[in-house]
Amino acid sequence: MNHVCFYVLDQDSAYDFYVNKLGFKLHTDAPMGPGMRWLTVCPPDQPDLEISLIAIKDGMMFKDDAAEKMRDLVKMGTFGFGVFECNDLNATYEELSRKGVVFKKPPTQEFYGLEALLVDDSGNWFSLVQKEGQDG
Amino acid sequence: MVCDEHDRYLVNPLGIRMLYRILRSTLFPMNANPYIYKRIVQAKLFMDAHFSEAIDLDNIADEAHFSKFHFIRLFRKTYGKTPHQYLSAVRIEQARLLLQQEQMSVAGACASVGFDSITSFAGLFKKYNRSSPSEYQRRYRARKQQLRDAPLKFVPGCFASRYGWLPK
Repeated sequence: MNHVCFYVLDQDSAYDFYVNKLGFKLHTDAPMGPGMRWLTVCPPDQPDLEISLIAIKDGMMFKDDAAEKMRDLVKMGTFGFGVFECNDLNATYEELSRKGVVFKKPPTQEFYGLEALLVDDSGNWFSLVQKEGQDG
Repeated sequence: MVCDEHDRYLVNPLGIRMLYRILRSTLFPMNANPYIYKRIVQAKLFMDAHFSEAIDLDNIADEAHFSKFHFIRLFRKTYGKTPHQYLSAVRIEQARLLLQQEQMSVAGACASVGFDSITSFAGLFKKYNRSSPSEYQRRYRARKQQLRDAPLKFVPGCFASRYGWLPK
């Protein structure tokens, strides 16, 4: 897999969240005409996995009232697009909390491992887990 | 029989290691001790903010109230790199971003991120980015030009067609 997409409410704000807070790297930022932009970022250790931050806007992709409906669904936290992994969950939780990332669940020992839940600036939620074998 | 099994468990190196780990995590639960990892995070954020200054890693360990070796071990466990490796990686990454600016020279980027020697900077830059600083800068500028001239080259067709970006 080399491309996935996250639907976001605002690309500037999503850029700030994924790059400045989560520490992802900008991959491509291409102007696509008035008000349109192809924006992709990569997780820091996966330079070949492009995550496209797709703005939910009226247009060909979202016709009629689809954009408005989609924005409401995203804000409600309907979508969970994936799981992020880190070396040390307590440390990562501490750092991201200081940077203002909102967590729905602090690091918690579940039967499948240590896990926290975070939401991005749009309302999409993600699991954040600790790599296996990092048990102190 | 029970005794045999017990003995076997005790002499089995894996068993002893496991027992040791259980004991250690009960007596010294690093993950459960907020002070230890908070100090490690603090040290990391300090490096993020002051990477361009002359950072003495011994001082950071002192400020975090760790012995140098204990600090290195904990930092590496948390971030997968020693503090020195982490600081170098941050400096090189910042230099990469600086080189994307129009007027930035390689010497300027090198000095801005706190390297004294341009040779060691260029060597490390190449190790991380698989091209020398000047080569990186040249490629970056060429790509930027392409992004302006032919942005569709960078968008997979399935997305471009759904957006209505493909030429009719």
